[in-house]
Amino acid sequence: MAEYSAFSLLKNALAGNQDWKPAWRKPDPKASYDVIVIGGGGHGLSTAYYLAKEHGITNVAVLEKGWLGSGNVGRNTTAVRSNYLLPQNTRFYEHSMKLWENLSHDLNYNVMFSQRGCLNLAHTPAQLDDYARRGNAMRHLGVDAELMSVDQIKRLVPALDVSGSARFPVLGGLMQPRAGTARHDAVAWGYARGADRRGVDIIENCEVTGFLRDGDKVIGVTTKRGDIRAKKVALAVAGSTGQVMQLAGISHMPIESYVLQAFVSESLKPIINTVLTFGMGHFYISQSDKGGLVYGGDLDGYNSYAQRGSLPVVDEVMSEMLALFPGLARVRMLRSWGGVCDMTMDGSPIITTGPLPGMYLNCGWCYGGFKATPASGWCFAWTIAKDEPHEFNAPFTLDRFYRGLIIDDKGQGATPRLH
Amino acid sequence: MLITCPYCGPRDVIEFTYQGDGNRTRPQPASQDLDAWNAYVYDRLNPAGDHNEIWQHSGGCRAHLRIVRNTLTHEILSTAFARGGHKSAGHKAGGNQ
Repeated sequence: MAEYSAFSLLKNALAGNQDWKPAWRKPDPKASYDVIVIGGGGHGLSTAYYLAKEHGITNVAVLEKGWLGSGNVGRNTTAVRSNYLLPQNTRFYEHSMKLWENLSHDLNYNVMFSQRGCLNLAHTPAQLDDYARRGNAMRHLGVDAELMSVDQIKRLVPALDVSGSARFPVLGGLMQPRAGTARHDAVAWGYARGADRRGVDIIENCEVTGFLRDGDKVIGVTTKRGDIRAKKVALAVAGSTGQVMQLAGISHMPIESYVLQAFVSESLKPIINTVLTFGMGHFYISQSDKGGLVYGGDLDGYNSYAQRGSLPVVDEVMSEMLALFPGLARVRMLRSWGGVCDMTMDGSPIITTGPLPGMYLNCGWCYGGFKATPASGWCFAWTIAKDEPHEFNAPFTLDRFYRGLIIDDKGQGATPRLH
Repeated sequence: MLITCPYCGPRDVIEFTYQGDGNRTRPQPASQDLDAWNAYVYDRLNPAGDHNEIWQHSGGCRAHLRIVRNTLTHEILSTAFARGGHKSAGHKAGGNQ
């Protein structure tokens, strides 16, 4: 029987909630494992979960330098969507969407996945044409997409300023109805518990300080809690990818790290029932079940490893919110925070074997990693288990940049802060 | 963040445009060395610490600047004209002010 059920809730309620097991153990690291996953965020934990569940590899350690889920899995704006233009991205993110749709059942953990839709607003006729093209590309691959008229948008989000006198009048939008949001901490905790119950050791406060090598081959890691050997060492460290790769002697990567800020307002009554994006700047907003508006905008525009943001971007994000929702002018911002994003040169991720023997690499999530969490772990686990990529992540190689095979959904070129 | 422009003095960061990593060397235009071009276009040092960068004072004198900035603290350690020859800085402008 599942650990969490109506029956177990009732039983534990009657027993004073004394008998719940912790969601994951706090084991000491063993001397060696079959697989070490570096990074106890969403992607590392889902990788460990799918290694155990799909491939029967349970002698696995997840090494986390801080506490579980302290990085970007708890720092994003929780949107989940698969509305990409290029088929490599669309196939991968749609696979992720399908995993999301069953994730709470699969994990026996409520990740509060809510398919409330994601609506991209268009403000020029050319932008609307572009959205129609992207919508057609999505539908061509079996993903749901609908163009919406201004009247439909007005009915869906009455608070939105759709008047002709808006600073950037809304001309229509592209809706993906199956998109939505999920409770991001629950995703980390659910995957952690699922991996732990299958035998994976999740080791917190265990920063990797170097790699054990046999010639070129990676045979383990040195950590603040001692040396740990492994047949396979997998990296899922997002914004810290460059630093960890430097420990392995690889000084340059096609990645720059930037801070992305996110914001939550005070709780309001329901006002926005979808995920909404602004087309004339860079702004996205949804409303949490608790009532807070969850929103964000552009990266801070220069390389940064500081997990906090700068005021000019705060100012810009608030301006964009008010351009869409003048009625929110007096809503107070409750919290803001920053996460370090590993921005690649084409805006698409990297899930691959190598680049060193015995090493596996998962990085380059830019600021879209949360929605990828299930498929990222699923594909990375496949790649680690079989030493070759699944067809969904086969395009996401590290050497694609040097072979003319970039996957640049926005067509921005090698300027990572613009993706 | 304040950046001290060698012409204009200390100015708010919003007057400046970030032009990216200043560690890269562009190959000669006629170069057919693919590895050198690939490295120039795609490879980044991306340090957590002092970082050589190119900025432009686009909202001011429009000079291109070579700046050393710490990516963890945003402290600016030096600013100078990108082409050199003029006022070579080295003064502390102070970050996060």
